[in-house]
Formats: sequence, C-alpha cells, structure tokens
Amino acid sequence: MSEPASKPATTPKDFPRRSFLRRALAVAIGGVTGIVPAIVGLASFLNPLRPKVQAKQRPTGSDAEGFYKVTALDSLTSGTPISFPIIANRKDAWNTFPAEPIGSVYIQKTADDKLRVFNVTCPHAGCSVDFHADKQGFLCPCHNSLFAMDGVHSASSPSARDLDSLEYKIENGDVLVKFMNFRIGIKEKHAQ
Amino acid sequence: MKSLLAWLDDRTGYRNLLHEALYENVPGGSRWRYVWGSTLVFTFSVQMITGLFLWMAYSPSSQTAWESVYYIQNEMLLGWMLRGIHHFTAQAMIVLLALHLMQVVIDGAYKAPREINFWLGLILLKIVLGLSLTGYLLPWDQKGYWATKVATNIAGITPVVGDQVQKLAVGGMDYGHHTLTRFFALHAGLLPALLVFFLVLHIYVFRRHGITAPDAEWRSQHDTTFWPDQVLKDGVACLAVLATVMFFVLRHGFGSHSGAELGAPAEPSEPYSAARPEWYFLFLFQFLKYFPGESEIIGAMVIPGAIMGFLFLMPFVGRWNLGHRFNILFLFAIFSGIGFLTYRALKEDRADAGYQVAVKGADASAERVKELVELNGIGPEGAVHLLRRDAFTQGPRLFARNCGVCHRFNGHDGSGHVPTEVATASDLGNFGTPDWIREMITDPAGEKNFGATKHGSWNGEPLEDRFADGAMAQWAAENVKSGQMKKSEIDAVIGFLIVQAGATPGGGRKGLDAVEFDMEQAGKEFFAQGSDAVTTSCYGCHEMKIDDDLFKDGSDAIAAAPDLTGYGSGKWLKDFIKNPGDKRFYGKRNAMPAFESKLSDQQLDMLVDWLLHRWQEPQK
Repeated sequence: MSEPASKPATTPKDFPRRSFLRRALAVAIGGVTGIVPAIVGLASFLNPLRPKVQAKQRPTGSDAEGFYKVTALDSLTSGTPISFPIIANRKDAWNTFPAEPIGSVYIQKTADDKLRVFNVTCPHAGCSVDFHADKQGFLCPCHNSLFAMDGVHSASSPSARDLDSLEYKIENGDVLVKFMNFRIGIKEKHAQ
Repeated sequence: MKSLLAWLDDRTGYRNLLHEALYENVPGGSRWRYVWGSTLVFTFSVQMITGLFLWMAYSPSSQTAWESVYYIQNEMLLGWMLRGIHHFTAQAMIVLLALHLMQVVIDGAYKAPREINFWLGLILLKIVLGLSLTGYLLPWDQKGYWATKVATNIAGITPVVGDQVQKLAVGGMDYGHHTLTRFFALHAGLLPALLVFFLVLHIYVFRRHGITAPDAEWRSQHDTTFWPDQVLKDGVACLAVLATVMFFVLRHGFGSHSGAELGAPAEPSEPYSAARPEWYFLFLFQFLKYFPGESEIIGAMVIPGAIMGFLFLMPFVGRWNLGHRFNILFLFAIFSGIGFLTYRALKEDRADAGYQVAVKGADASAERVKELVELNGIGPEGAVHLLRRDAFTQGPRLFARNCGVCHRFNGHDGSGHVPTEVATASDLGNFGTPDWIREMITDPAGEKNFGATKHGSWNGEPLEDRFADGAMAQWAAENVKSGQMKKSEIDAVIGFLIVQAGATPGGGRKGLDAVEFDMEQAGKEFFAQGSDAVTTSCYGCHEMKIDDDLFKDGSDAIAAAPDLTGYGSGKWLKDFIKNPGDKRFYGKRNAMPAFESKLSDQQLDMLVDWLLHRWQEPQK
C-alpha cells in the first residue's frame, strides 16, 4: 500500500457485469463460511431452551403426582409455621446429586389435619421469606414484602402476588407436598 | 440512509478504513497462491467463534472437565458438531500453516524488506502449536492426559530450571485441577490474545509491503484490487477448508457418535500404552525414540531449537548467492524428515501388537463409560469412578495383573494380550459354564485344564503330575474315557451343579440356559451315588453341603478334593481365590497363591463378577 503501484489498479467499473457477479459470489461464499460455525455454536448456546433438556433437568424423587415426603404430621405443633427443606435427586447438567435440598417450604398446622404450605421464595424477586412471630407474618429480607399468616401480601408490599401456596396430602401420618417453583415478579402464579 | 452513513463517516472515517481494507492493490492480478494467509485468518476466526461457545459449556477441573465435554458431545444441541469443527479446524490450521510457510519461502517473501514479517509469522506458528498442545489436554480423557504428560515431562528435562518449569506448567506436584485451570487460561486467554496481537502486526506489516509478486512476467499482467477478485478466490479457498473440516466432522454420520473423539476419562492409576500425541506431533514423538538415556534433551530441545533458530535466520541466508535455493532445500528437507518420521511412527505402531491391543482396550473403555453414564448418571466424584467400580472394565485388568501370569482367559491374559510364556494353570475363559464343567469331567488332564500345571512349579518344586495325573484325572480316565459314565449322566451332573451355583446367594454365571428339574434330580443322584458302572461317585471325594438325604453320610475321602458346595457361584469363586489352600479346597496339595491380602474385597468382587459375566448391562 505504501509502495506506489506500478500501474493503476483496474477498478471494478471496467467490467461492470463480471464484477457484479464476482461481488455477489464473494459475499455469498464469505457469508456461508462465516455463518456455519456461528450457527452451530448458537445451537448449543440455545440448548437450555429445549423442552427435552428442561425435562431431563427436573429433580426426581417425588411420587407419580409430584408430591415429596416432607415430615411426619406428628412433628408439627399447631400455630407457628416451621420451615422444612425439600429433599430430591437433583440434576445439574452432567451431574446427578442424590438426596439434596432443592428448596424449602413453610408448613403451619391450623387444625388437626389442616395445613398451610407455602414455598419460601418471595414472589417479588426470589429471596427467601422469614416467619416473624411479632409481625404474625412472613417478611422478605430483600425488599420488605410482608405476607400475612394466610400468605396474603400487604397493600404496601412490592410483591405483586401472595405467597405461593402448595398442594399437600397426608399419607400414613406423613406430610407430602407437591413442591414446585413459580415464575417470579408477575401477578399471576405460573409454574416455572 | 445515505445521510446517516455520511454522518457516520464524518465521525469515524470508516469509508477510508474500508477502502484501505478492500481496495489494496494486488500487483499482477489475483492469484490462487495468495489464499493461504486468508485461510489461516479464517480458521482462526472459526476457532474463536467455536471456542467461545465451547467455553460456555466447559468446566476445567479434574472432576468436571471430561464430564462437561461428555455433556457437550452427547447432550447439547449440535454440541458434537461444535466440538468437531473446533477439533478438526485446529488440525486444518496446522496444515495451512505448513502450506503458508512453504509458499512464503518458495516465493522468497521472507527477503528484505519483509524479514520482520517473516519472523512474526514464525512466532504465530509457535503460538498455534502452543494452542494445539494446551487444547489436547482439556477434554481430560486418557489420550490427552497421557500425551500431555509426556510433553510436560519433556519440559522437565530443561537444564537448571526444568523442575520449576514443569511444576509451573502442571500447577503443582502432579496433574490435577490446577493443570486444567492453567492450561485452559493459556488456551483460551493468553495464547489467543498473543495470537491476535501478533496477527494484527503481521497483517499490518504485510499491508505495508504489499503482496510479493513472484516474477516479472506476472508483474506485467493487469493489477487488480483485493475486493472483489482476490476476496472471491480467498472465499472459495475458505469454503474448501470448511468443507474439508465438515467432511471429517461428519465422517461417521450425523450425531454424537461423529465429530471429535472422546476417550475414557483420565485415570492416573491406569497406565495407558495407547498414548500418542496428535498426528502432527507424531514426528517429535518418533524422533525421541532415537535418543537414548540422557541424550533425550538433544532430540527434544537442541535439534528442534536449532531448526527453529535456522528458520529465523533464513532472511539473512537468503541474501547470499544460492542462499534462497538453500533455504528452499532446507525447508523441503525438514518437511521430508517430518514426513518420514511420521511414517515410521505409524508403521511401528501398526506392527506393534501390544499397541493395537491397547487401542482396542481404550476404545472399549470409551464405549463402556458411555453405557455406564447412561445407566447411572455421573455422581459428584466424577465419571472415572464409574469405571473404577465396573467389573467389565476392571475384571480384565485385575486378571491380567494377578491371574494371567499362570492362567489364561480364552488364550490371552484377560486384557487381550497373548503372553509368550506357556500357561501353567487352566484357561478360565468359560469358568462356570456347562462347557467348563463338561471338560472338567471328561478331560481334566487337558492342556486347558489341569494339564497346564505340568509346566508349573510351587515353592520351587515342579508340579509335574500332581494335578495333571491327579485323582480327578485318574478317575476320568477310568470312568469317563472308557464310556462307563453315560453322556446323559454327564449332562445331568452339569445341570445339578449349575442349579446349585444359581441357588447360592449372589448366583452363578449369568446368561446360562435354565436346567430342567428332572435332569437336575438325576444329576444330584449321580453326584451322590454314582451308577452301577461308576462306583466312585463325585461325593466320594468332593464335599457337597446341601440339605438333602442323599448327602447325609459323607465318605471318608471327603476333603481329598475341593468342596463343591455352590461350585461356580460368585461366593465359591471368591472364597477360592481368597485362599485356595484352605482345607475346603486344595489343602496341602494347593499350588496357587492366596489373594485374600493381595486384593481388596471390592477388587475380588469385580474379578469374580467379570469371570461370571455379571457386569451391568445396558437396558434394551
């Protein structure tokens, strides 16, 4: 470039039609060669969105309907909500971790066989709520969302919905909870 | 649009830059021989793109590296193709580098004023070789692990600082987490950054001097510009490179069985005799064979260093009369030498039966670990533990190391290797099968059975006829060879023993046909009482402790021969291997070492399970 060319370079204008074909071909071929590795890479990047992959990554260890054994009914005393971990076989990409906590629930016994079960995850931004006896409710430590004993959010709370209650059943004296996580930050309760 | 571009140009001057980039003068017109540099830039871009996406899924630690690569290869969408492209483009880069170097030397493009650019190119060559070397380890499979270990051990023979250099490269005393983190940082961080830096300089200096037009005749042709004529030729060349790469990626079809290979996970305790570097380093591997003992450093460093040093001096040599021709000759000599050494390495490997067995074993392990992952998943301790606990994998190794010195397994030592020494004990390939029992009854003195012990000795004493013409051999000669024991009776005894093994906790050999009840009963009767023609029954010498009226009054001869209670079952075999000299088995006649203190309980279980075909099988 710095050395002066001995002759003027032929400009594309000299051969308009041939030049156009060449340009088009050059762009097409260059495009193909460049895009193939990018597409293959992008495909693997999008892997987490495949339903098959999502299904494989779900924890196992629940019964057929998705209920996990949490505790014995006898261990619950009336009134105060108690937090319990949910134990399941966790999958993490290539690894399988047997019997690990995958989340927590608050269980409150309201009558002999009546329970209130909440996922501890705050529906606002996903922190874990704590039970506060003095407030008679659940307080989120992150943005101060406050939920009553029945899970209803206070009017001034940043949370858009109530605490996520979970289905439960009692079998042979054990409490089983249909544990699931819900999408965070929206008003509706949508399973994740 | 036009005004927007004008606004952009006003602020950035991009049009000038673009013009500079695209309308470079190509003296004498575009040529195919100018494409090599562009294909190298292209392959490097492919490596950047695919490498970045691989990075998003790769986890460098000794418990996750192989596992994450396995996940990329087998679970992620087109992950196998991504890995395959990265793997084969790396090899294409080496080939293209060699072509580029040849073209530069032949065209004399290293001469003044292009000396510095030639040196920059040689530095780029070394960086690419460094990328290959570091990348080979990252999957943490047996191949990469052992081949790279050789490379870092060679670094360790550097005079004075060798030990420190090796420890720094390895990140500790031995291969582990920090070997991977260091190699990965080099492979994905430092070396690509250096490559980009030197590549920018290389292209900048190249643009400064322009293309080396080879001869006056060509220079008299019409000049052209880089865009679009040369770009089109470069594009076609890149497409050809990509097509070649894709051919290798897809050579076994479309799916995770294709693409780049992934061996079994690295197992530091398992010597791997199939370890070879990637094909383009094979010549160095072969070269080292010619440097015995302390002289290794000459083959590993002095000579390669001298050759590299001479390449750097080429611009000066080229100034002299005939210097240019000498350079060309030298380069061809080097490439011929590399070609010859590579050929020798491949030829020696092809002729090496031990290497062939090792490669087969390595392939089998790679297949097996895939089955085990599919069956069991990978626990937090990593995939190598699946193989360590696997009877199918460990059985042959345990047998070869512990039993194969005397015994054979279908003629070999368990691992597929056929020892040159003659066997001194039975061939256990079909232990626990009806055929095994049949041979023990009809031909106990055969070469595959007790006959082999003729060649052996125990505590310095030759065994001679202790077993080869022992009580069992004599009994068979008397009662079977002459036809007193009928074929139906032999079948019945076999059936009885097979059923006994199956009824023992843990069971007998897997995959045998069911035995009919009547046959088993007939066998039991013969075992206890013999027949009119065979007066010495099995029970006459062999103990059999089952709750049955037939076996209530034992013979005086009991313990003259091994107790056959549960014979052929895992329990019997494990007890036997633990202590064959126990009075239940051979007692004082024993001539086999006890393995109770030599093998762990788990190892004994794996050995027994392998001998009895009781390994985990893939679900159909």
